[in-house]
Amino acid sequence: MVLKVDWLNKSFGKKRILKDISFELNTGEILTIIGPSGAGKTTLLRCINGLEKSDRGTIFIDNAYLCRDYNDKNIYARSREMKEIRQKIGMVFQNYNLFPHMTVMENIIEAPIHVLGLSRDEAINRAYELLESLGLEDKTDSYPFQLSGGQKQRVAIARALCLNPKILCLDEPTSALDPELRGGIASIIENLASKGMAILIITHDMDFAKRVATRVIFMEDGRIIKEGEKEEFFNSFKDDRIRKFMVL
Amino acid sequence: MLSYILTLLPSILEGLVMTLKVFFVTLVLSIPLGVIVSIFRLSRFKPLSKITELYIWVMRGSPLMLQIVFIFFGLPIVGIAFDRFTAVIIAFVLNYAAYFGEIFRGGIESIDRGQYEAAKVLGLSPYRTFMRIILPQVIKIVLPSISNEVITLVKDTSLVYIVGLGELLRAGKIASNRDVSLVPLVLVTVAYLLLTAIFTVAFNKIEKRYSYYE
Repeated sequence: MVLKVDWLNKSFGKKRILKDISFELNTGEILTIIGPSGAGKTTLLRCINGLEKSDRGTIFIDNAYLCRDYNDKNIYARSREMKEIRQKIGMVFQNYNLFPHMTVMENIIEAPIHVLGLSRDEAINRAYELLESLGLEDKTDSYPFQLSGGQKQRVAIARALCLNPKILCLDEPTSALDPELRGGIASIIENLASKGMAILIITHDMDFAKRVATRVIFMEDGRIIKEGEKEEFFNSFKDDRIRKFMVL
Repeated sequence: MLSYILTLLPSILEGLVMTLKVFFVTLVLSIPLGVIVSIFRLSRFKPLSKITELYIWVMRGSPLMLQIVFIFFGLPIVGIAFDRFTAVIIAFVLNYAAYFGEIFRGGIESIDRGQYEAAKVLGLSPYRTFMRIILPQVIKIVLPSISNEVITLVKDTSLVYIVGLGELLRAGKIASNRDVSLVPLVLVTVAYLLLTAIFTVAFNKIEKRYSYYE
């Protein structure tokens, strides 16, 4: 188990966004969280990668607590531990958030050099290997605006992987892709999982979830409604809310 | 005619040197200070942001001429005295840093929040994030406005004649009064036009250099 979320709660003002969320993620697993927009999926992901702070509950990442309840308070890791915990989570944003003024290579090596303390050569070697495995070895000197959507996404994946994370999170990875590119990103994800990466995907692309997931969580209105292994999830339930969502 | 112009040149050139000194010293000090002003102005620590807002209001809301007079002629009354050049530089830098600060603030606010978030999840420190990710993008955005301010600064340097510093305009005016001639003033006009032309071209070059990405 590399990620454990326990009784996580989060409100914005009076609105409760996450209600008692608990789940686990293991190495080599591809967990997809699906659900209608406004279900709290993105907020959950933002709590896990530390961009939002939860109000209550536990997030446990690879033997360290990002946050936990203590004496009726939600305690967060101190900034040094926080930095280490962050390195264990790779994040691929929905719109990738590449740095537009840097080349593909510079985008990828910035953090390994300044966060992991790699030498520039080490970082470049590592980045080049990743780019090669993602079929982008001829794009090292391109700027993000010169890349297609699918290429930008793979650069974002390489940038996240270059810090050697244990978990890779992807927010709506197919939302900006042409349908014919979805198979490509799916095999990249499957390949990473087969090497032991834990993968957490947020999507409302049902076909994509069916294709890549090993386990599925359905969220609605801030709660986990249903969780199960893929086959079990897509075949055996009779929940109207999920059926309604899946028909959409 | 030409020989008359030649007799004017030494004093005009001397004035030009003073003009350029005020110009460059102000620029070199006020741009970095402007970045700091913009950061203070955007600070989540309210007192700091409010004080900075007040400072910007005072600097932009009163004439630069008054600020020069205040510092050089006013402050000595309460026992704070500077020599002419220092007084002028203090006034110019404080004034221009306020304008640059507002320009940088606009630039910083126009950077997508996703850039900060990407830097944060990668573990980059706030300092590195600002210097490596945000600032380079801000510079590209603010270059046209900065270029505008720089042209204005070239012309504003003429205000320093009020404290008796011999800059370009003063050199021309003295010669014009002495010789009852329009020529020195024409010469000074040409000098200002040349300066602004040079800086316009220079900024176009810099803007072009920053167009390597979109």
